[in-house]
Amino acid sequence: MSRRWRIIFALLAMAVVAGALYVRALRRRVVRMAESQASEEQARREVVEPPITTPTDVRMKAKMFWISATAADRLEPVEVEMPLSADPVQRSKQVLHELIANPPTPDRRTLPASATLLDFYILPDGTAIADFSDALANETPSGILSEEMAVDSIARTLETNVNRLHRLKILIHGQEAESLAGHVDLTGFYDLNPPSPPPAPLGAATPAQAPAPGGGLTGSSAPGKLKP
Amino acid sequence: MLDPGHGGTDPGARGATGAVEKDIVLALARATRAELERQGFRVVMTREGDQNPSFEDRAALANAQRGAIFISFHVASTGAAGTVRAYSYQFSTTPDSTASADPSNPGLSAPAPVPAGWIAWNVAQKPHTDLSRRLADVLQVELSQKFKGSLEISSAVPVRGLRSVVAPAVAVELSSVAVADPRTLYDMAPVLATAIARAVAAFRPLYEGAK
Repeated sequence: MSRRWRIIFALLAMAVVAGALYVRALRRRVVRMAESQASEEQARREVVEPPITTPTDVRMKAKMFWISATAADRLEPVEVEMPLSADPVQRSKQVLHELIANPPTPDRRTLPASATLLDFYILPDGTAIADFSDALANETPSGILSEEMAVDSIARTLETNVNRLHRLKILIHGQEAESLAGHVDLTGFYDLNPPSPPPAPLGAATPAQAPAPGGGLTGSSAPGKLKP
Repeated sequence: MLDPGHGGTDPGARGATGAVEKDIVLALARATRAELERQGFRVVMTREGDQNPSFEDRAALANAQRGAIFISFHVASTGAAGTVRAYSYQFSTTPDSTASADPSNPGLSAPAPVPAGWIAWNVAQKPHTDLSRRLADVLQVELSQKFKGSLEISSAVPVRGLRSVVAPAVAVELSSVAVADPRTLYDMAPVLATAIARAVAAFRPLYEGAK
């Protein structure tokens, strides 16, 4: 091999090594940027929504309803150990804060990361009023399925972790909204802890009464589903 | 009555690869209209082009027809690609006692009194929920046979566009604008149209028997 070819090969080898090092550095930079964005989001949340602590807090397991790890069109309960207040209003705020802030993975998120719970109160008849920021309406992906899962995750998380709630009203920035993101109706109420339907007579099963495949929460027979 | 959702300044769901819900649903509705007309049904559309009638305008147009059924078309942002769901409206089962109880709370609007024999606009769908559910179930069976991975039962969800329709009303939603190639959604139109036409034909005797 002539001297000229040796130089060319050496230069090519150096270029390959330099390229590999550059790609590696680029990857690290992308990871750092993602981490930085996540920590910025966390920092923003800590300022806008500081952790809710009350004197009656007890660390216990709560069930949060996020998108299933195995089926993107279903919700799935996930047990999370966290401080929960004995006061139903504070407890509701705690679980909704957790639902927004800490999904197990980003693709299991049901509510936009930038959404915030502005206020929450409970009327004497058990009606829960949850007032969210505009981001809930503006940044929830448009569509019946995605909007249904967003509202369903709020409703199921509340009814599972807070007693005495009978129905839910969702407000956007203090006002009644026509729909969440163009599809699912927010003008009505959503039943929480609805009574079980009476058993159907034998032989009277219809397709609508059949259990949803996989036991998801969005099928016709799902208990406590959306009913505004 | 066929209702392509969104339109005009409201594009609906948008995918990263260029799929726009308002355009896709219009193509789906047009294909369905052709199939239904071929079978002898009279078809009215809530929009023929890139307009965006309000929910109320769409419902009013449907309510002006006699013996109609209402089918609203949508495309999801999520869900398993190539699957289709049928939805009917479901109202709350708990009585509305709080609305007027707290006038200081602007978020809760009090229901207006309705004269006897009249139907309140915001619950106009209520007397038709059972028929709507049956139509959605018939339709979902057809969809599950035509589109692999689709559920076999319909879902009851408060889809805003169905609430004020005084007729059996369902929404159909394809998944999703997240597909790699938007043409796959347009390619679903002929099969979807056939499934809907078959479901409408199967539902017709149920509807006429209930009237």
